[in-house]
Amino acid sequence: MAHHNLLPRQYLILGLVAVCAPLGDTCLSRGMTQLPAITLAHPATLIAAVFTPWIAVGIALLIGFFASYLTALSWADLTFVLPATAFGNVIVALLSRFWLLEAISLERWAGIVLITVGVGFVANGPSLTERPAAAGALPAIPKQVQEEQAR
Amino acid sequence: MTVPVFSVGFWPATAMIAAIVLLSTTGEVLTAAAMKSIGDLDDIRAHSGMKGAILAVVTCPLFFAGVSFLAFAFFSLLFALNHLNLSLVAPASASLTLVTNAIAGKIFLKENVDRRRWTSAILVCIGVYLLAH
Repeated sequence: MAHHNLLPRQYLILGLVAVCAPLGDTCLSRGMTQLPAITLAHPATLIAAVFTPWIAVGIALLIGFFASYLTALSWADLTFVLPATAFGNVIVALLSRFWLLEAISLERWAGIVLITVGVGFVANGPSLTERPAAAGALPAIPKQVQEEQAR
Repeated sequence: MTVPVFSVGFWPATAMIAAIVLLSTTGEVLTAAAMKSIGDLDDIRAHSGMKGAILAVVTCPLFFAGVSFLAFAFFSLLFALNHLNLSLVAPASASLTLVTNAIAGKIFLKENVDRRRWTSAILVCIGVYLLAH
């Protein structure tokens, strides 16, 4: 497994992955708790929920997350990218402590430390599994570029 | 006064969380496989522009299979949030998804999930649980 160093813009993409997901989830939670109980008998009400303001903002943030997530998956392993998504929880907790001045319990500080150590562990390692070229692995040149060169 | 953890009962709550975990793991593995088959999006964007990058993604059938599963996972999350507390659904589904993705990444994507990545997945899993519980 060779070491793949990330470029600054790739760290920026991972940062967007980390920030957009928890903020989007928070908006969704706020929007869904404001709605009356939804049952399986009326699934259309779930579709209508998408157009309420908090849920719409949540979805916009999650679209930003998804675009960054797809970009990251194109140059890094899934098991490398996923811990970055969890680091967003730490960002939200720190914002709530130092910006909203909320109290954070000892249990939560322990959670912050564990996630930070876990993300640091994986971030210091290789971002992509090295595959032998002969084993029908990933092309060195992206498929889209190869197709355009062939034309 | 104690607030019931499983307001809809233990098994329905477990089924809702299991549905989120299984659907999102399947979606993420399929999406990761699609992105690997497409190639580095930064390279494609540098060569063919943003339009070329978008075209490369939206013309990949595996991507749509992955997105479909992620959409099902999203609606099952909305459904679960409507019946269960965020403090139960978020840590449980986020923690379990990390572990199931590490297993699925090793089995289906043939990723080199070494000791470093297992340790990371378990530390983050416990950390998310402590943070969100």
